[in-house]
Amino acid sequence: MGRYILRRLISVIPTLIGVTLIIFLFQRLIPGDPAVAMLGEHATQENVERIREQFGLNRPAFLDREALADGDLTGFFDSQYIRYANRLLHFDLGNSIHRRIPVVETLSERFPATLELATLSLLISLLIGLPVGIASAARRNSALDGVTMVGSLIGVSMPIFWLGIMEIMLFSVFLNWLPSGGRLSTGIVITPITHLLLLDSLLTGNIPGFVDALKHIAMPAIALATIPTAIIARMTRSSMLDVLQEDYIRTATAKGLAERVVLFRHALKNAFLPVITIIGIQAGTLLAGAVLTETIFSWPGIGKWVYDSILGRDYPIVQGVTLLIAIIFLLVNLIVDISYAILDPRISYD
Amino acid sequence: MEPLLSINNLKTRFHTEDGIVKAVNGVSYSMKVGEVLGVVGESGCGKSVHALSIMRLIQIPPGEIESGEIWFDGRDLLKLDNNDMRHVRGRDIAMVFQDPMSSLNPVYTVGFQICEALMLHKKMNKNEARHRAVELLTLVGIPEAKRRLDNYPHQFSGGMRQRAMIAMALSCEPKLLIADEPTTALDVTIQAQIINLVVKLQEELGMAVMWITHDLGIVAEMAHTINVMYAGYIIERGNVRDIYKRTLHPYTFGLLGSLPVIDEAPGTKLISIPGLPPDLIDLPKGCPFYVRCTYRVDQCKFELPPLMESESSQHTVACWRWQEIDGKGTK
Repeated sequence: MGRYILRRLISVIPTLIGVTLIIFLFQRLIPGDPAVAMLGEHATQENVERIREQFGLNRPAFLDREALADGDLTGFFDSQYIRYANRLLHFDLGNSIHRRIPVVETLSERFPATLELATLSLLISLLIGLPVGIASAARRNSALDGVTMVGSLIGVSMPIFWLGIMEIMLFSVFLNWLPSGGRLSTGIVITPITHLLLLDSLLTGNIPGFVDALKHIAMPAIALATIPTAIIARMTRSSMLDVLQEDYIRTATAKGLAERVVLFRHALKNAFLPVITIIGIQAGTLLAGAVLTETIFSWPGIGKWVYDSILGRDYPIVQGVTLLIAIIFLLVNLIVDISYAILDPRISYD
Repeated sequence: MEPLLSINNLKTRFHTEDGIVKAVNGVSYSMKVGEVLGVVGESGCGKSVHALSIMRLIQIPPGEIESGEIWFDGRDLLKLDNNDMRHVRGRDIAMVFQDPMSSLNPVYTVGFQICEALMLHKKMNKNEARHRAVELLTLVGIPEAKRRLDNYPHQFSGGMRQRAMIAMALSCEPKLLIADEPTTALDVTIQAQIINLVVKLQEELGMAVMWITHDLGIVAEMAHTINVMYAGYIIERGNVRDIYKRTLHPYTFGLLGSLPVIDEAPGTKLISIPGLPPDLIDLPKGCPFYVRCTYRVDQCKFELPPLMESESSQHTVACWRWQEIDGKGTK
């Protein structure tokens, strides 16, 4: 098992290199000169050149053939991509073109907010989606099943921006129960440990802080959880229905096992396999930042940030966040594969 | 002696989009303690459905046990609540299914799946159950049973899986074992092994066995009594000797004729029954075998023949003209 995990980890490396290449290439395909974007339309040619020089934008993309012709080997490798890859190895994602501060710094500030929101949303969707899916498969065509199917259809097709605005209208504007944005009220301080506010406030025994953080995260978490909940419920239901038709379920019933045991022991473990893949995809999507949700609730995560950076052609930020998202997806896939190997004995580790 | 199992006018149907499929149409018979009963018929004749009805394993809906009584050990199984029925399943009546490849849960070890029944019905703890499971696997002829206990079903061959299924079924010493075509999916050599195994275990343990098959040859070797089923009816019932030597129903006659016989002259054609069984959604008013029958008369078309006693009360047949057929079925 350990070897299997190690081998899967190593196989991540070539994928990562591929990811950096693709990120780099796509950046160059986007029209517009970042130096011009930085200085504005009316910048002098001289200033543009200076900025291009400063950020290495005047260097060739991959390899400098002219330098090679001159016998300049260092110059040959001195390209935008190699510079970029070299910095990555030193955990340097470059500086933001506009704000001039390291991307890593902003990322480590903003990512915990996204991580916290995504984790809570995923928890909500698992806690609701899985039991609801199982129950409606076990009682197929019952009233409960009908409600679930209609409810999840609404959930899947719910426009999040609309749901978010409705939440704000109801809970912030009319009832005045919950704050409409941000992570924390001014004046509340939570000692940072993990930078996940709910966790930190609990760890430091800061109950007012916990309540305040919970009030802030409640609406965005529910809005963000809507679609994954519906997808997980539907997937669990259909997967359970497939499994419940299997011969080994009849064997289990013929043995005299209670329906509950047949459902949870014999059916669920089999039915869970395809559901894990879906959960993985949802987890990746949530962690990649939810631009809409974060924008509506002024949530200081990476979604809103990367959106603004794309508009401002802030290459280093976009590159950094894209890389982070790629790594998240690779890790999630790794976890999904390992869970498969644990749950299904027919998958061998070798 | 009080019969072990006594079925009275059992009717099972399925509600489908095309109409109501009448799978079992008023089956009545009884089985003695330790009796081996062969249930024979073509695919779709209701033999499996009637067995699943006994175990109450029919999925409801779309299935429905419309009427009847299934008396087992002094209780009508159809009147038990779900909880009482659970205690009958696996403990009093156990079942082995047709396809060993799909009948075991792929994500649990064979040992666990055998222990599960033991812990449930025999209230054994994990160690006792494992110990007993090793004995059971050895009993059904699985070598190195102790090591095999922790194998998953995919590490077993088809024949071994069916042995494991039998071990699981026997684990709580049931009074009745229902074997639903347990050898159909297996190689012929493995088939013989499984049949011999069940025969041996039946004699040793003294349990009753209901062996469901489409192969008259198999039950000839092992059964005491045979029910021949057609379109959800029992059309002939008797002891093995009577069924083979004194066949009374034209359908049984046809079934026997379609068996190859080894010392027949080469080139002898196997007799096949022309036509197909009737549509179970739209059963004829008269005899269900009417359209395929070479002995048919007008009465057969309009009047459904009941199961009638023939020369002996033990040999019953549902045919208006059995007396004319009597004797012609001798081979």
